[in-house]
Amino acid sequence: MTALLNIKTRRKKLERDEKKESTLESSRKVVHLRVYRKNPKQDKSSHFDKFEVPVQRWSTVLDALLHAKGYLDKSIAIRYSCRMASCGSCGMKINGIPRLACYTKVSEIDGNIITCEPLPNFPVIRDLVGDFSDFFEHHSAMEPFIHNQNADIVDENRLTEFIQTPEDVENYLQFSYCIKCGLCYSACPSVGSDTRFPGPQALAQAYRYVADNRDDATQSRLNIVDNKHGIWRCHFAGSCSVVCPKGVDPALGIQLLRGHLVNFSKNDKKLAESRTRNLGKT
Amino acid sequence: MKSSNEDRIYSDGNKRENREGLRAWLNPSRYGWERISYWLQRLTGVFLLIYFVGHVIETSSLVDGKDAWNAMLELTQTTWGHLFLILVIGTSTFHSANGIRLLFTETGRGLGKPGRPDYPYSPVSLNYRQKSGIWIALILAATAMLYGASILFAGE
Ligand code: HEM
Ligand code: SF4
Ligand code: FES
Repeated sequence: MTALLNIKTRRKKLERDEKKESTLESSRKVVHLRVYRKNPKQDKSSHFDKFEVPVQRWSTVLDALLHAKGYLDKSIAIRYSCRMASCGSCGMKINGIPRLACYTKVSEIDGNIITCEPLPNFPVIRDLVGDFSDFFEHHSAMEPFIHNQNADIVDENRLTEFIQTPEDVENYLQFSYCIKCGLCYSACPSVGSDTRFPGPQALAQAYRYVADNRDDATQSRLNIVDNKHGIWRCHFAGSCSVVCPKGVDPALGIQLLRGHLVNFSKNDKKLAESRTRNLGKT
Repeated sequence: MKSSNEDRIYSDGNKRENREGLRAWLNPSRYGWERISYWLQRLTGVFLLIYFVGHVIETSSLVDGKDAWNAMLELTQTTWGHLFLILVIGTSTFHSANGIRLLFTETGRGLGKPGRPDYPYSPVSLNYRQKSGIWIALILAATAMLYGASILFAGE
């Protein structure tokens, strides 16, 4: 009796598995792309176009989009370059979440409908392409380069070698991995409502230079972010760090930077700053 | 911040175009527990602010004499009044407990240290140590609400 039951359940399981496999296979052969279309220069309204696209096990959403663009509708506007999560061009909202199209495999997505929309919080140029002007302006407002009065590029005699230990580098390394893809900027609820808030990317870069012991401009960097529309608008919703494809963890940088502002973080005496203070004394 | 609309490639130079706005904070479902915490802290904060104003008006009725004060108290002696008070207990407990967690995390404490990121990246700031603060605040709020309900509805 039990043996019979065993055989029956085993057969049922086998049938189930077979069914599962066949549906899996068919769902992986073709995906349905829903692509946001808008051309503000011609028409204010937007709509979605649907495309059926063949995919492989290794296909990315960018591959699928490029197939649609190559064979079905040449007018789809997409921005991409490296296809390997390095250039930060292909950010878009994929099934509701900001992601890199080249770094998102079709097989990672539940179901076989893939909805591609432009990144929220960036004005739409066309279709999936957003305007990064404001985003880059916020980035450059952080003065993303090392300030060091000792490293004089005119007077060669004052060029000072600045040795960093691996530990010194680890203080800021992860923040320097940022590829400016804007995913964090589009996930951030504060950016969503305040155009003057620098956003997670820029604030994390401010921390990147504060944490770098070759930099001697901590105070002026803190002044840049310490204003009404500045760092205090971050409420640690953490969404930036959820979507960042490079492990930058911008939320960490922002909270650590705020720690400096309220004097909670130990301000490690920076070698660069003490050298600058001593500049001219000897 | 300077802005040069002439340089913009897109059509209307409207900085607010495509911003998520209110939708960003009204929809906590997409990005995990910290986003839910953000939503609840704001919701409970605004609720407490409204309650606080009402509370000041309520207690100020004391200057109009004992009868006015008692009439005010009557308002909370109904089933709906009880339910409202239980909501006040829950929201204030959550807001305070999670608020203490935020005082730490938002000044960089309990988040861990930066390091060398390795694939698959897992952001240290979203660690379970600080995340569990949200769960503890939720559990405390639920417990306080149950305790409050057991007292408020005891006589019925
Ligand atoms: C122990 C008591 C309390 C603590 C520890 C606390 C803590 C906090 C913290 C840390 C925040 C900032 C959250 C963020 O950055 O988003 C906050 C926000 C807020 N709190 Fe409280 N709070 C307390 C009591 C109250 C009370 C009694 C009220 C109302 C009268 C209130 C109303 C608010 C409001 C309106 C906000 C703004 C919410 C937002 O901007 O998202 N809080 N609270
Ligand atoms: S911090 Fe991360 S998500 Fe934000 S722009 Fe840089 S790489 Fe992209
Ligand atoms: S194409 Fe370069 S990041 Fe996706």
